[in-house]
Amino acid sequence: MTHTVLVTGVSRHIGARVASVLAADPGVGRVVGVDTVPPPSPARAGGSQAGRLEFVRVDLRSPDIAQVIAAADVDVVVHMSLIGGPSRSRSAVKEHNVIGTMHLLGACQRSTSVRRVVVRSTTAVYGSAPNDPAVFTEDGEPAEAPHSGYAKDAGDVEGYVRGFARRRPDVVTSTLRFANFMGPGVDSPLTRYFTRPVPPRVLGFDPRLQFVHEDDGVEALRRMALEDHPGTFNVAGDGVLLLSQCLRRAGRLSLPVPSPLFRLLGEVARTAGGVDFSPEQLKLMCHGRVVDCGRLTRELGWRPKFGTAAAFEDFLRSRGVSGGLTAAVADRLSDLASSRSAPPRDDL
Amino acid sequence: MTRTSDEGSPGVPGDARERSGDERLAELLAFLRRRVTGEYEVDEFGFDPELNDKVVLELLRPVYRHWFRVETSGLEHVPADSGALVVANHSGTLPVDALMMQVALHDEAHRPVRLLGADLVYQLPVLGHLARKTGHTLACPEDADRLLRGGELVGVFPEGFKGVGKPFSQRYRLQRFGRGGFAASAIRAGAPIIPCAIVGAEEIYPKIGDMPALARLLGLPYLPITPLFPWLGPLGLVPLPSKWLIEFGEPIRTDDYDPIDADDPMLVFNLTDQVRETIQGLLDTLRRRRGPAFP
Repeated sequence: MTHTVLVTGVSRHIGARVASVLAADPGVGRVVGVDTVPPPSPARAGGSQAGRLEFVRVDLRSPDIAQVIAAADVDVVVHMSLIGGPSRSRSAVKEHNVIGTMHLLGACQRSTSVRRVVVRSTTAVYGSAPNDPAVFTEDGEPAEAPHSGYAKDAGDVEGYVRGFARRRPDVVTSTLRFANFMGPGVDSPLTRYFTRPVPPRVLGFDPRLQFVHEDDGVEALRRMALEDHPGTFNVAGDGVLLLSQCLRRAGRLSLPVPSPLFRLLGEVARTAGGVDFSPEQLKLMCHGRVVDCGRLTRELGWRPKFGTAAAFEDFLRSRGVSGGLTAAVADRLSDLASSRSAPPRDDL
Repeated sequence: MTRTSDEGSPGVPGDARERSGDERLAELLAFLRRRVTGEYEVDEFGFDPELNDKVVLELLRPVYRHWFRVETSGLEHVPADSGALVVANHSGTLPVDALMMQVALHDEAHRPVRLLGADLVYQLPVLGHLARKTGHTLACPEDADRLLRGGELVGVFPEGFKGVGKPFSQRYRLQRFGRGGFAASAIRAGAPIIPCAIVGAEEIYPKIGDMPALARLLGLPYLPITPLFPWLGPLGLVPLPSKWLIEFGEPIRTDDYDPIDADDPMLVFNLTDQVRETIQGLLDTLRRRRGPAFP
């Protein structure tokens, strides 16, 4: 049986990649991509599979999505339109995320054709606090559930997804909680942070971070869309990097600032439209977050190809950032040392 | 006799020494390069073994060897590579005993110990992250279970602040062992409990008074008055050079229990009591063996 897949959030990077990967899959007959704005480049979203991938411009905040699902006889829904973007106002973003999800799930609940729903969420739902356990599992309760921003939206969205799964137990519902995406095509507050000349960091804090490479994220979503894997799964690359390690690997000098000043800088940067440093981002920059991906590995018999460190390295390579000055100084020093020690050996 | 054997080695002249000097320099530079470029590994808890061994413990070793002259015994009871839970008495006003236990287990049992610490530590900026880098984590069942399942050597001070902050008059008297969460974790993991007695820490900052109002103001569990603090200011923070002994007792097995026994409060309390009595016994013997604190 060939599937007809509906992909939301198809105009952004990961959404577009998932849509085209699915369109290229022999098990998929048709991919309907929806988003509020058209994809930036037709080549990216359509490309060679133009016949099997079609774009429909739908605002998820309206009930039109039900007609799209009914008309195309959709049987798999991949919902990826959760956004945290700084570009729009907070209330508009929240409406897009939460109300959009409610409409989509409402349409799925009515539909007789939908058999599988895959939702992209984030590990941000665990929050980030000093009294959390070091490693979150899917069943773990955060010490402080996030009460603002993107993380709260994601938590709300997951709540509606759970409600949907209860009302339609016949539909396989999978929720993927992704760590921060990293890779050549990713553009997020965190990737912008690492490409700043002198990124600030919070004085006295060195959070543990985890990344998932975009290729692995796309693969995990593809597998979830084409096979039955009900439940909630963390998705992150193996291993952990400390923020200080990331900055050193990027060859960046960082500016340690006390946390109130960091918050202020974040506000300034946000109003200037540069980077998004929301309160939850500040918390991440203080306390970090690590999740356990054992459940995903066991369920899929697959683990992300890129570990956290490899994903970060690939990101740095794609942006032409390398160890830079610090590594060069260290190399120069060892050269000096070895040349200094060489002559006596020649004498012997 | 040992001296002659030392003098025998210069038969191979300055060369060996010089090369080792160069090698040391090269090693140091390689170390610095790894550090500045971030090419080292940390585990999921944020443990940075290299920083711990080469920097943090290096700073503690002189204190361990020359200031407190720590002597250890019973190291054969510490398993070489499997999960175990070291349970120790806590004392000394500041948790210096945790640091010395860390040196003892790292250098003499060749196991990095993963201590379960108080919330307070992880809420403080610099300290919380330094604690993570040196292998420690928050005392919560999730972390304890995860470390023990991973075959790590976990250390815990069940008395908590009641132990470390007790008055000098109460020295070497074990306080209540919390709610026995450590025993439940050991049962769940089937990991042996290694009772550990630390003698010497009680005398480093004899707490003869307390400033509860100021402590509350600062959000601290207590603010001590010792013979030297706060009278001498920062100098009062120099610990008295008491003689220390650390003993690891015979492991108490928990693999006979069913993991679901961890939910049986009676059983957990009994095991907790058994561990507590064992440590009190070890403490009393060890204290007699040591004699005066300042020989």
